[in-house]
This record gives sequence, structure tokens and C-alpha cells, in this order.
Amino acid sequence: MAMAIRQPGWYRGAIGTLLGAAFGFFLVIGLRALMGLDIYQTEQTGYPHIVVPLITAPFGFLFGLGAFDYWFRWAAGKPTIPEDHSGHGATKWQDYFKFNTDHKVIGTQYVVTTMFFFLIGGLLALMMRAELAQPGSQIVAANTFNGLFSTHAVIMIFLFVIPVFAGLANYVLPLMIGAPDMAFPRLNALSFWLLPIAGVIFISSFLAPGGAFDAGWTGYAPLSTGAPLGQSFFNIGVQFAGASSIATALNFLVTIITMRAPGMNLWRMPLLVWANMSTSLLVVGATPFIAGAQFMVLLDRVLGMNFFEFLEGGDVLSYQHIFWFYSHPAVYIMMLPGFGIVSEIISTHARKPVFGYRLMALALIGIVVLSYSVWAHHMFVAGMFDWLRVPIMITTMLIAVPTGIKIFSWLGTLFYGKIHVYSTAMLFALAFIVTFTIGGISGVMLGMIPIDIHVSDTYFIVAHIHFVLFGGSVFTIFAGIYHWFPKMTGRMYDEKLGRVHFWGTVIGTWGTFVPMHWIGMDGMPRRVADYASQYGDWNLFISVFAFILGSVQLVFFYNMIVSWRFGPKAGDNPWRSNTIEWQVSSPPPVFNFDEIPRVVGGPYEFGTPGARHAIMGGETPADIPEPKPTTVTAPS
Amino acid sequence: MTRLPYLKLVLATLAFGTVLSVVMLIPNWFGEEGSTAAPEIDRLLDVTIILSSYIFAGVCVALGYALIKWRVKPGDESDGLPIHGNTKLEIIWTMIPLVIVLGLGAYSWIVLDDIEAKDNDAQIINVYSQQFAWTFGYPEEGNKWSEGELHVPVDRQAIFKLNAQDVLHSFWVPEWRIKKDNVPGITTEAVVTPDKIGHYQIVCTELCGFGHATMRALVVVESEADFAKWVKGLSQEVPQTLELTADQALKVEQEAQAKEGGIGGSGVDETGKDNVDQS
Ligand code: HEM
Ligand SMILES: [Cu+2]
Ligand SMILES: [Cu+2]
Repeated sequence: MAMAIRQPGWYRGAIGTLLGAAFGFFLVIGLRALMGLDIYQTEQTGYPHIVVPLITAPFGFLFGLGAFDYWFRWAAGKPTIPEDHSGHGATKWQDYFKFNTDHKVIGTQYVVTTMFFFLIGGLLALMMRAELAQPGSQIVAANTFNGLFSTHAVIMIFLFVIPVFAGLANYVLPLMIGAPDMAFPRLNALSFWLLPIAGVIFISSFLAPGGAFDAGWTGYAPLSTGAPLGQSFFNIGVQFAGASSIATALNFLVTIITMRAPGMNLWRMPLLVWANMSTSLLVVGATPFIAGAQFMVLLDRVLGMNFFEFLEGGDVLSYQHIFWFYSHPAVYIMMLPGFGIVSEIISTHARKPVFGYRLMALALIGIVVLSYSVWAHHMFVAGMFDWLRVPIMITTMLIAVPTGIKIFSWLGTLFYGKIHVYSTAMLFALAFIVTFTIGGISGVMLGMIPIDIHVSDTYFIVAHIHFVLFGGSVFTIFAGIYHWFPKMTGRMYDEKLGRVHFWGTVIGTWGTFVPMHWIGMDGMPRRVADYASQYGDWNLFISVFAFILGSVQLVFFYNMIVSWRFGPKAGDNPWRSNTIEWQVSSPPPVFNFDEIPRVVGGPYEFGTPGARHAIMGGETPADIPEPKPTTVTAPS
Repeated sequence: MTRLPYLKLVLATLAFGTVLSVVMLIPNWFGEEGSTAAPEIDRLLDVTIILSSYIFAGVCVALGYALIKWRVKPGDESDGLPIHGNTKLEIIWTMIPLVIVLGLGAYSWIVLDDIEAKDNDAQIINVYSQQFAWTFGYPEEGNKWSEGELHVPVDRQAIFKLNAQDVLHSFWVPEWRIKKDNVPGITTEAVVTPDKIGHYQIVCTELCGFGHATMRALVVVESEADFAKWVKGLSQEVPQTLELTADQALKVEQEAQAKEGGIGGSGVDETGKDNVDQS
């Protein structure tokens, strides 16, 4: 036992958490006592004796878990073991609950954790839909409802969509570029462990006096600066989720820039790599802004600073500018990795090179650049300077051009292909094209100021965000998980259940979110627990489909869990793909490659006899001209 | 490589797009029109719907055609044609959306300028919002005050000066198509020319707390004569506390504090006067 306590792990983690919390708590009350203040400050925005431990306890936990052991030893000049792989690879399920530095283990940890939060976010959504099924108040009070949509959105965004992409890329990307691991494995592990911390903080805000944070995921001041304690949980949780994002993005950038296999120049990078590079550029540049915005709100709340206190000279609108300077790029952080996934899947299953590969890559970069210049389209009716609206409208509408290029190029990839649709991944990728087009079109409408003046903050917005986030991001997430499931687990999922999940999800998504456009345009505002009775029928319809959509996700979870355990062996390359991750075993060896592969061509050379993307270690040059026929295990 | 049946694809897109836009134009999406801005915005929406229908139709036709034409036969393990791109095509599908969005942008700008143009005889109306109620002041009518009920004369432009006393709120009358946030600390503006007599509702669309869903107020658009009669019936004037700008409120607060500390002086009167001069 004494041994277990000194070892990095959960025992030490629990003790670290307690010590961290105690340190924060006594620091606050000690300082307050010294300064002659009341020991406890329990006005609704105050509670420093809870807010500070909320920051220190996670560090205690991370320390206990062993996140800093190596760095501390190194900083103290103590001997470190340069090739210490004790925290690398997983042989049993318990290894997934440790501070592990293997990018594949971390990728799996990410995906499983984020899927768990998807489930929680979905349950919160269904609670809302249950309340909204009829006009009037049935299940939850208005206050609680505000907490529900706020936590729903925050969990979906910060603990599901953004990190699940980071998780998939964590697994796939180093393999794809022929790297043995990420550039900074320990930072990578730390990034992961910051996530569940953020999740626990967000969810435990339900326990705070006054209830969960309820100013929306946007947390606009001054509603947020005056809100009860729960709001501080949001302010702090975002710091952990944001730090996780930033660290991962830096890691991806360095990995992509410095660790590509020899021969992989920029124009030989798979589009998934391009997509994650673009996303990382957005994360690194934009995420500090939301961290800053939430710190400012926290300082207003706890220390009585006046960033946004209009009665003390603060400026209410500046919150929105800072917030959206992150949160618009964030919508592309939630979409670009999906673009990458779809490019890989469509090319593989259409057996064709990606159409217009270079323009596809440039379109990603174009989106990155443009998306920094459109934040204020969320503020057309916010009362900001009038002159800023038209320039922002133009840049916003221009984003439709690179986005259009992506859609048309995927269609171009399908033309003259050999399209296989037996894989659920491909089905989701195809459905994504259609559904995302709708979300893109409603996005252009919202960019047009006169239309936005009418529909902003109505259900039309709710329809739009879900078409791009569910029909866009989530469809690509499902596509990605199905596509790389055989690689990650070594086993095949059940395509029949996959189809049930696919059709249920498509029908559920359209049935739930299409009618929201209509009631929004007709006058139903968003973020309301109750509404005019004329919208009752459509809301019932929406709720029914939402429950279909929600329940069909159980099929997905069942399929994934059972197939992971009992599915048939998948083979190394069931989709006959060219990229490097498919040329190693499934699941890949602990250190990925015995010998780093050599890249000799583009990633999508389908249809060119003899063309190769990479030569794997152990192959002799004589092997090169002869493409090996690969076996297919999936039925066609 | 077989030539594509361009004509058929284009015709299919046109047919599908036409059907789609006709179907999409039948419902009256935005509902009743109650201001001069409404028909203009609705026309903009209609144009957008038509263009979008054809674009969506194009995507669907291309996808559908590809899936029918190039779906593999069972057992076919061969690859598709090694086509890497087509510069001409790529330029076309960059330029066409570019032209469309710039066109829509220009059209939107024109509409925006139109609906925000101010008339000389416009009536200024002050709108005060606080959790969870709307009140209105009529500075041109002796600064009369109305709680929860907004009256405006038909066919005369109203310029609403929007204020917020606590948190953000948003002023929206769906039939007018006009919305603007009420922002604490500053005064924002919404320009509307109601052109249909009737009863409407102000809907608060900015989350403002637990009463947000119920933060509504009645809007009555009536003839000039009825309006005059109604205004005359108002007895109260706008309370002074509502009139203060943030700076003035701050001053009042500071002076109140100073008074507590023993230094005399009444800032309220002064600031009250300042305010009248401003508006
Ligand atoms: C089962 C699927 C889902 C259902 C039924 C659902 C339902 C809802 C509902 C009812 C609202 C509240 C709307 C309002 O009152 O304004 C909402 C808000 C929201 N949802 Fe979802 N949702 C689902 C999935 C997702 C996913 C996957 C995301 C991905 C990020 C997401 C992101 C959001 C966001 C950003 C908001 C806005 C919250 C706010 O206004 O602050 N939702 N959703
Ligand atoms: Cu945006
Ligand atoms: Cu409100």
C-alpha cells in the first residue's frame, strides 16, 4: 500500500487531488483571515474558497497521476532514463487508465472518453427535447432548462467534437506520416488527461449552489458576470479543455513539420494531415482568446474587476468580440478534421485519387486565413459598429468558395471511380456531403445581414448549428471511427448494425433539425424552455425524431463494444488503402515501424499500375515495381 | 473514358432545382409582413432560396449520377481512372460560387441600406429593457411612459433607441423582420416603418435569465389619430433612473457614495438635464 501511494497512479492521484484542493482552500481562507476579511465569501459570484481549489485540485491530481514526474526529475537535474518506455503501449485494459505516452493508447483514450461525453451531452439534449415536446412547463423549470442547453453545448463542443478529432488524429496521423510517435509524447499524455478534468468540472457545476452554468455556451457578459457560482465552473473548465487543445495542436504542428517520413514532401501529405495542420493553426491562434475571455469573466466575478461591468466603465460588447474571435475559428476547428477524414474515405472507397488534390489543400489554408476575419458575423444585431458589418459579410460569404471547392472536388473524386458502398464509413461520408451542403447554404444565408437580422437567435440558428455540427462534424466522426476501427482494434465491426445506425442517424438528423429552420423563421426564439402554442405540433415532431436519433446511437455503442471484443479479425488493410497506416499490422506494433518507411509518391495513386505511396522497411528495391495484391476481407 | 452526358446532367439539375425552388417558395417562411423592410428582406430570401435550390440540386444530381453509374459490380476489385484533376473545371467551380456570393453580398448590402435609411419625420421612441419587462418612452410626446405596451402610428418611421438596464436583451418583432440587441451601457438603434395596422409581439431573443422565454410585450400599430389619443391617455413620465446613460449612472452612484461620506450636492438634476439635451 505504501508502495502504491508513492507510485504514480490513481492512489497517488486521489491523494494529490485532496492535497491540491486543501492547498487552494486554505490559501484562500488564510489570506482572507490575514487581510481581515470574512473568511467565507458566499455572494453568488464569489466563493473564492471553491473557485481556487477548483484550479489547484486538478494540478494535484495530475501530479499524483505522474504527469510531471519525468519533467520534475529532469528539471531537478536528477537522472532520467532517455529511452524510458515504461509508459508506452498497452497490454491490458488497465493500461488505458494510466499516464501513457503511446500515441495509439492516447488516441484510444481520447476517442473512448469523448464518446462517453457524447452520450452525456446527448442525454442532456433529450431532456431538453422532452421538455420542449409540448408548450408549457412539464419537466424542468426555466432555470434548469438554461443549465441544460448550456451544459449540452459545452460538453458537445469542448468534450466531444473538438477532442474526438484530436483523438482520431492522435492515433492515425503519426502512422500516416511514418513517424514513430508524436513529437512530444509526455505533453500528448498531459493533453489527454486535462480533458476528463474539464469534463468533471463542467458536470459537477450541477452541484454548485444556484445550479449549473446557464448563460449558454457563449456565456455573454453581463449575464455571466452576475450568474451564480456554476458559471465559474464553466470559466475554469474551459481553461483545462483549452489548454488541452492548444498543447495537442502544438504537438501536431511540430510532428507534422518535423517528423514526416523521408520523401513525404508537403504535396505528398494525405489530406487528413493537411486538415489537421490547418486545424492546429486555428487552435494555436484562436484558443487563447476564449481562455482570455473566460479569465476576464472569472476576474470580474471573483475579484471584482470591471472588464465587462458597464456601470464601472467596462465594455459589454468587447466580451463578444473576444469570444467570437475564438469561437468562429472554433467552428472550423470542429469541421476541418472532418474534411480530412472524408477525403481519405471517399478516395479509398471510390478507388480514385482525390480530385484536385492541391486545390483541396489550398482550400483548407484559405479557410484558415478567412476564418480569422469573420468573427463579427455573430454580432450583426449585437449593436457593434455599423461599418464593420458589410466587410464581415463579404469575408463570411467568401468562405463559401473554398468550402464549395471541397464539396465539388469530393464529387469529382467519385466520377469515373469504382464506388464501394459496403462500408458504413463510406455511407456516412456520402451522407455528409449532402447534409453539410444544407448547413453550408443556411450558413451563407446567415452571412447575409438582412436575413440574419431576422433569424439570428431563433431556431433557425439551432437548425444551422446542428446541420453543420451533427450533419457535418458528427457524420465525419462516425465515418472516421468506422473507417479506422479495424486498424485501431484489429477487428471488424458489424456492417449490418452499421447500416441500421447509419439510416437511423440520417433520418433522425433530418427529421429533428429540418423543421427547426421553419419554426425559427416563423418566429420561435432559441434558448427558451417554453414557446407559443402554435409551434407545438412541430416541436412534438422534432422531439419524436430526436428520440429516434438518440436511441439509434445505442446501436453504435453496442456495435463498437461487442466488435472490439468479439469481432472477426480485420486484416491489415481491409479497405485496400495506400496510406502508410494501412501498411502496418492491425493494431500496429508498439513502436509503429521497425524501420521508417520511405515515401515515393502521392497518397492516392489509385488506378496507376505500379504506383506506390510508400516503401515499408524490410522491402528490397526489387519489390518496388510490383504492387502486392492485397486481400480483401470485407464483403462487397 | 466515356464522355459525360453533360446535357442530361444539366437538364436534371435544372429540373430538380426548379421543382425544389417552386416547392420551397410556396410556404411563406417568414410569416406575415408588417413593415416596409419585410417585403425587401423576403425578396432577398426568395432569391437566395432559388439559387440555393439549384446548387443543392446540382450536388444531389452529381452524387446520384455517380452512385448509379460508377457503383462497382460485385467482385470488381479494380481501381477507378487515375484522374488527378482538371484545371479548367477547378477554375470554373471556384469562379461560379465566387460570383454568386459576391452578387448576393452586393444585393444584401443594397437591401441593408434601404431598410436602414432614415426618414426626416421619423419618430424617436425609447425602449427600456430589464429582466424581464419592456417599457417605452415617447420623448416627442412629453416623455410619456408606457409599460409593457408599445404603440406606434402606421406608415410613419419609428427609430427605436434601445437601452438595457441590467443584461443583454434583444428587441425583435417577427412581422417587422427587424431585430437589435439592447446593450447595457450603450444605446443601440432599430429603424422600422410599420405599414400594417394590427397587434404584434416583441420577442426577446437574447438570453437574459430564467424569464427569457416569457419576456414579451404587446405591439399595437394603429392610425395616427388612435395613436395620438392613446399617447394623451398616458399619465406617467419616464422615471429618471431609466434615462441615465452608463456614465451618468456611474456619476450618480459615485455622488451618492460621496454624499454618504458627508460631501453634499445633488447630481441627479444636472445629469437629468444633460440627458434631455442629448436626445
Ligand atoms: C441527439 C442530438 C441532439 C439534439 C436532439 C440536440 C438538441 C439541442 C437542443 C434542444 C438545443 C437547445 C436549443 C435552444 O433552446 O436554443 C441544443 C443546443 C445546442 N446544441 Fe444540440 N442537440 C444534439 C446534438 C448536438 C451535437 C452533436 C452538437 C455538437 C457540437 C450540439 C451542439 C449544440 C449547440 C452549440 C447548441 C447551442 C446552445 C446554446 O444556445 O448555447 N448539439 N441542442
Ligand atoms: Cu462564425
Ligand atoms: Cu431575453
